[in-house]
Amino acid sequence: MNMTSIQNDFEAVIGLEVHAQLATDSKIFCGCRARLLGGHGGESVADVAVNLNTCPVCSGHPGALPVLNRKAVEFAIMAGLATHCRINPRSVFARKSYFYPDLPKGYQISQYDQPICEAGWLEISTSATPKKIRIDRIHMEEDAGKNIHLSGFSVVNLNRAGVPLIEIVSAPDMRTAEEAGAYLRALHGVVTYLGICDGNMQEGNFRCDANVSVMPKGAKEFGTRAEIKNVNSFRFIEKAIEFEIRRQIEVLRAGGRVVQETRGYDSARNVTVSLRTKEEAQDYRYFPDPDLIPLRIEDSWVVSIQSMIPELPAQKFARFISEFGLSQYDADVLIASKTVAEFYEECVGILRVAYPDPFDLRAASKAAANWTTGELMRLLNEEGRELSASKIRSEHIADLVRLTQSRVVSSTGAKQALGVAWKTGESIETIVEREGLRQVSDTGALEVSIDKIIAGFPAQVAEYKAGKEKIIGFLVGQVMKQSGGKANPSLVQELLKKKLS
Amino acid sequence: MDADKLETIRAIHDSFDKKQTSVVEVTRYFLDSIKKNGGKSGLNAFLTVCENRVLAKAEAADQILSAEGKVPRDRLPLFGIPLGIKDNLTMDGVRTTCGSKMLDNYVAPYTATCVQRLESAGALCLGKLNMDEFAMGGSNENSAYGPVQHPTQPERVPGGSSGGSAAAVRAGLCVAALGTDTGGSIRLPASYCGIVGLKPTYGRVSRYGLVAFASSLDQVGPMARTVEDAAILLDVMSGHDPRDSTSATVSKGAYREALGKAPETQAEWSGIRIGVPKEYFVGGLSAEVQKSIQSSLRWFESKGARVIPISLPHTEYAVAVYYLIAVSEASSNLARFDGIRYGVRPAEAENADDLAAFYRKVRGHFGPEVKRRIILGTFALSSGYSEAYYRRACQVRRLIKQDFVTAFEKVDFIAGPVSPTTAFKIGERISDPLQMYLNDIFTIPANLAGLPAISIPSGTEAPDSLPIGFHLIAPPFQEERLLSLAHAFEKRGAAR
Repeated sequence: MNMTSIQNDFEAVIGLEVHAQLATDSKIFCGCRARLLGGHGGESVADVAVNLNTCPVCSGHPGALPVLNRKAVEFAIMAGLATHCRINPRSVFARKSYFYPDLPKGYQISQYDQPICEAGWLEISTSATPKKIRIDRIHMEEDAGKNIHLSGFSVVNLNRAGVPLIEIVSAPDMRTAEEAGAYLRALHGVVTYLGICDGNMQEGNFRCDANVSVMPKGAKEFGTRAEIKNVNSFRFIEKAIEFEIRRQIEVLRAGGRVVQETRGYDSARNVTVSLRTKEEAQDYRYFPDPDLIPLRIEDSWVVSIQSMIPELPAQKFARFISEFGLSQYDADVLIASKTVAEFYEECVGILRVAYPDPFDLRAASKAAANWTTGELMRLLNEEGRELSASKIRSEHIADLVRLTQSRVVSSTGAKQALGVAWKTGESIETIVEREGLRQVSDTGALEVSIDKIIAGFPAQVAEYKAGKEKIIGFLVGQVMKQSGGKANPSLVQELLKKKLS
Repeated sequence: MDADKLETIRAIHDSFDKKQTSVVEVTRYFLDSIKKNGGKSGLNAFLTVCENRVLAKAEAADQILSAEGKVPRDRLPLFGIPLGIKDNLTMDGVRTTCGSKMLDNYVAPYTATCVQRLESAGALCLGKLNMDEFAMGGSNENSAYGPVQHPTQPERVPGGSSGGSAAAVRAGLCVAALGTDTGGSIRLPASYCGIVGLKPTYGRVSRYGLVAFASSLDQVGPMARTVEDAAILLDVMSGHDPRDSTSATVSKGAYREALGKAPETQAEWSGIRIGVPKEYFVGGLSAEVQKSIQSSLRWFESKGARVIPISLPHTEYAVAVYYLIAVSEASSNLARFDGIRYGVRPAEAENADDLAAFYRKVRGHFGPEVKRRIILGTFALSSGYSEAYYRRACQVRRLIKQDFVTAFEKVDFIAGPVSPTTAFKIGERISDPLQMYLNDIFTIPANLAGLPAISIPSGTEAPDSLPIGFHLIAPPFQEERLLSLAHAFEKRGAAR
């Protein structure tokens, strides 16, 4: 029996818990820096010399007390609003107790039974129809420090301790690894578009735990779940879930029982491995933190935060399709990153000046989308570079569109120009002039070479005249060849037809 | 030097003004007294003396004095006043042990807000005062540095947990001191030692820099020889602190000024209603204490105040509720003492096989009472039990609070004993923690309800003249009225 038919008998149930590091300047309960150089691609606080970015509060000195960072609350509210959550007018910080060297107070300040946001949803679109994934809750908490194990001893670095996090907990609404991946991407899009999280999974400021269980198809009751901890890329989370679903199905098919446990993902071997079982699970002894008063949020504050929410990926996606006539594919690729989407809109902005006619602009915008999602993405992917780190600016793409639309440069020539700009960053116009990529549109010069071709290929000319019009393509090709590719092909065709008529 | 000129802030300031003494002289006098009587061979009240630090500040103060010619009272109300600080309040660069071996080598990197405010007002901090380990105890026998002796009866306890503070103030080792009160830890030792001890409203004084025992109950307060000195200290250290989210934004009072508004005429007195809860006069209350309280109440009546019997029906649950909430919070507050970042890390912990063994070896250095409370608190918060213990206790706490709200609709103050007995003998009760816990029965309710309460000396018990304290409780943030009434009571001897 093959895997697909086995899987057809079972259904997976997946819920995700995402930790997003809030991009505030200071930590959640003290004045220490939460990030340096303003974030985005900047040095992370973890890079500061060990334990220099600490104070009595975040290093858990006796007598020090937490004071809540208002900006962190604002960011959490933004996350809640953008995911259609209810913003609770009263929420409570609780202590989650466990012992670990990187946890300075012996408890983490988190939220437990009264989180800041509840009952939202996020829409995802996989190959099937759009689907709403419910979000149970979003709560605020502080990050722990980091243990660094050296030979023979360990060091605790508390630079990261107290950095604000939100934990976004989905309902168990996903059924496939693909849906989980789509949800994770959608959520990543929301928090990065909001600007409340830098979203770098490798640096750990967007982390994901997945709860996975399987049950016989159509069953009412969920199976026993395993939790996969801290997977640090979109690709790996899907692979980890896929593996875990297969593993659990195999266990059930073999007559076994799935054990409730925490598992880790080994990306090198593409397997999940058991870390600890439920029997070893900790009792966190949650209780309201008496050092912090309940967080009260006025309606007026929520309203003013609502007005700060920018256009989100889903809205941008819809607008790109309706306003610019893009394909779903192009729109999807463009909105996947806020930087790319903004880059693209800058291109359109430039083109708007060149094409006052809305019809022309729409065509130019589509062309700009093609250049961005096609050639540009190919170059970025080939070299594994971020758009912000490349030499290509929105002007480059706008010029490529303009010069190809006006037939000054052929599409082959334009690709060549982009290739040069990728390396040098020079303007497209400069490159076109220097590399001689301008198409020949001088009718006098073209007529000379057309006459030569007509003379050189009498048989084909005869066929054309006999009514076989397709042969004109061959003749155009010959003229192009003679011009070294610089001739404007549609002009060549026009002139040929005139001469042969 | 004339010792009785050094008893109060007013007296010391007068001698500065009259050039009878200098700040350095006064400071040296107190440092000498501590050397003679404050250390291990004496009362064992001081754990750390900051001699160089305080003398440097005293010299600077003398320069101000010679430049200005008199004490700048308005700007520096505590100018040149030597104080003692309970050792659970941090001072930058000064050892802070909390009476625990766990913090034997801990030097705090910052100063508690209340201490910083005192120093900014000119106070001179002589050093750190002994206490029950992490403020857990009512006799000061739980200090890892040995018990504090009662200032007049060396075989007896001074009360706790601010026992070092009470003994030092009474014995003249400092003019006044800071204590902290979680379940009576200011008022009980004040009562046993015959001084004034005020626990302000929860949130009146910042807790920033107070090493937490039970965060929702802890409050810093003054311990002094007179109500006036307590009021001056409160003036300086109270008020909102942005570093403590639980510190009140209610504007602070003018406490010393309020003392001038103490009732005097019959008409003024007749407007004062003092409630006496029947639940505070039950079995266990010693006859001598009861007699003293009754006689104090009669004095108030003789002035024209109305003494009204009231009921606080949930009082019987207060001790149980307190010992669930306090130990729960303590189990969490004390989790940070793990030997990783600061504090004592014994050699055997360095060789621990794993993390669990490391923690066992480090945290084994808590004293028996602290361990007992951590274990109780961990249990009360654990899954499956927290509903029945911690959460239930929080619910009953609200009922106890409500008792006071209801009572304060009919009366302005509530009066009663501070403790069922006077100071007992060292070692007498150490083997019976339950008896020890019940000793807090009259002080705990004010902590659970967050109310201001004061202990004022009201008499003594024969044959050893052991002091008895009179307990007054007021509605939230009514420290001005509480202190002015206490001030009137304090002056009764002089008027008689």
